[in-house]
Amino acid sequence: MTTNDAFISIRNVNKTFGSFQAINNVSMDIGQGEFFSLLGASGCGKTTLLRMLAGFESTSSGQIYIDEQPMADVPPHMRPVNMVFQSYAIFPHLNVRDNIAYGLRKQRLARAKRYEMVDEMLDLIKLSGYGTRKAHELSGGQRQRIALARALILRPKVLLLDEPLGALDKQLREQMQLELRALQRQVGITFVFVTHDQEEALTLSDRIAVMQGGQVLQMDTPNGLYEAPTSRAVASFIGNMNFFPATVRRNGSAMGAIEAQGLGTIPVPVETLTKPDGAPVQVALRPEKFALSETPPEDRLSVAATLSTSAYLGERSHYYVNIEGLDTPVAVSTPNHARVTEGQSGVSDTPLWLSWAAESVVILDAD
Amino acid sequence: MSEGTYIKRPNRMLQVYAVIFLVVLYVPVLFIPLFSFNDSIYVRFPLKGVTLQWYVDLWSRGPVWEALWNSVRVGVVVSVISTILGVVAARAITRYRMPGKGALVTFVMMPLVIPGIIFGVALLVLMSRLGVPLSLYTVGLGHLIVCLPFAVATLLPRFEGFDPSMEEASADLGENGWWTFWRVTFPMVFPGVVASLLLSFTISFDEFIMAFFLTGTDATLPMYIWGQLRFPREFPSVLALSSMILFVSFILVFVAQRVGRAGLDDET
Repeated sequence: MTTNDAFISIRNVNKTFGSFQAINNVSMDIGQGEFFSLLGASGCGKTTLLRMLAGFESTSSGQIYIDEQPMADVPPHMRPVNMVFQSYAIFPHLNVRDNIAYGLRKQRLARAKRYEMVDEMLDLIKLSGYGTRKAHELSGGQRQRIALARALILRPKVLLLDEPLGALDKQLREQMQLELRALQRQVGITFVFVTHDQEEALTLSDRIAVMQGGQVLQMDTPNGLYEAPTSRAVASFIGNMNFFPATVRRNGSAMGAIEAQGLGTIPVPVETLTKPDGAPVQVALRPEKFALSETPPEDRLSVAATLSTSAYLGERSHYYVNIEGLDTPVAVSTPNHARVTEGQSGVSDTPLWLSWAAESVVILDAD
Repeated sequence: MSEGTYIKRPNRMLQVYAVIFLVVLYVPVLFIPLFSFNDSIYVRFPLKGVTLQWYVDLWSRGPVWEALWNSVRVGVVVSVISTILGVVAARAITRYRMPGKGALVTFVMMPLVIPGIIFGVALLVLMSRLGVPLSLYTVGLGHLIVCLPFAVATLLPRFEGFDPSMEEASADLGENGWWTFWRVTFPMVFPGVVASLLLSFTISFDEFIMAFFLTGTDATLPMYIWGQLRFPREFPSVLALSSMILFVSFILVFVAQRVGRAGLDDET
């Protein structure tokens, strides 16, 4: 994405609290109408960055532009953004209708018009008829939707969401994820979403920035992050990953190779190799990219393996297998296409072949 | 939760203790209304008969009404000012990080434990040094010092139980600091404000020591009562007046407690 169509542009932003650097030289561009997630463990700086967009935290250095306007001197109440708080911050002394209409005061609308707009929002969030309820009469999911409606009624250019689904139970959370995504498509507003839940980020987002220690590790689509992580930290934070120490072999031809411990020689096109011949690298392979079989498949690479442990999870089974030349067992996850007999794993014990496709290999820098 | 749980099991010893505690605390006070209805100018048993004469006497006495009016004026002004200062202090204490906050809170609360006579004498010395004549204003100043810790103590829990993201949400929805205060902060701490007003008024209304040192020519009600104690014939009327003050104070404090706790228990 070029700077020209960036709707939110964060340029070399730093934030220090005393001697603690919460945000370390972060730059990113977020496009109009994009569902953008900031993903990371707690303390990674994602919430601080979101609060900087809202104006609750100042930048120590760097600039933030929203719709080409620099935001440095714009106080929170003047910014074209609205936020859904982690605690929802529903005003307890107001009923649902007055909560949703809270931000409309400045527009000096007639009461009838105001109520009409509130009713439209209540329709949108599927809570028609709840207008006169008080905050304490609502469930968590309902409060979350009220907080959403209260922000959206002001037609912000950007909606900021601070872990809005964190307080909900699993089933409700999954339902709200779908509703949130549908709502975002419907209103077409840029969403910036903070979460520590990688699955949630993958489900909802157009793009995700993975953060750690105040820095952005990688910024990509969910597919890009999962299939082509650029660092071990991202690879292990999103989903599960097996790592194998390896060495580059350029061979002087169009087809180079990676020599990985335990996996042997894996042919790769030479243009995908960025390191010189003999350089140490890591090979990363997700558990579900492996397959286990009784005979070595002809169209895939394979090595002999012995089963260490197995776990039956219904739709899938997880295995740990040992291979020669590697101390740590390899995690394998396979779908249970056939019925699995009680007390047995989905694969026979001997002999076993661990196989994978050369294209599914990810090459990372050595630690 | 059922009644038989460990914590909720009835405890006979504790019940007896509670009853004795309340008796010791309130029986001496109850003699005042008891003798105010006694048909004798002497406070002694046996009681002579029931009369409302002492209450009727009060009606026709001008100085009582003047003293009452003085006390009400001081009480209203002191309660409003101490509550405003209390709101500002409680908000600052709970919202801002500042160096020496703990010491500051201790200093605000200090008048609770410093004997009133020390503050009274100190203020008297200060006023006479500055050449300020003693009046209801100086009494009010003294009462402000006494009432402020109560105002802060009443308002602090309100601000502490207040999610800071409420104010941020208001700012986020387009309201500046002024409107945020009036649309979110004030309504949410309103019960605390009412409680603080009632409590401060009651304390100022009943206060004697500060008034003793700082009163000029206009007596407050407690000062008037003290002045009347020299005349034995007036004593039953003083008892009648005291009973009424007791009754009103009890009502005000009771209401303040109820209002001040409203919503604190069932929120969050």
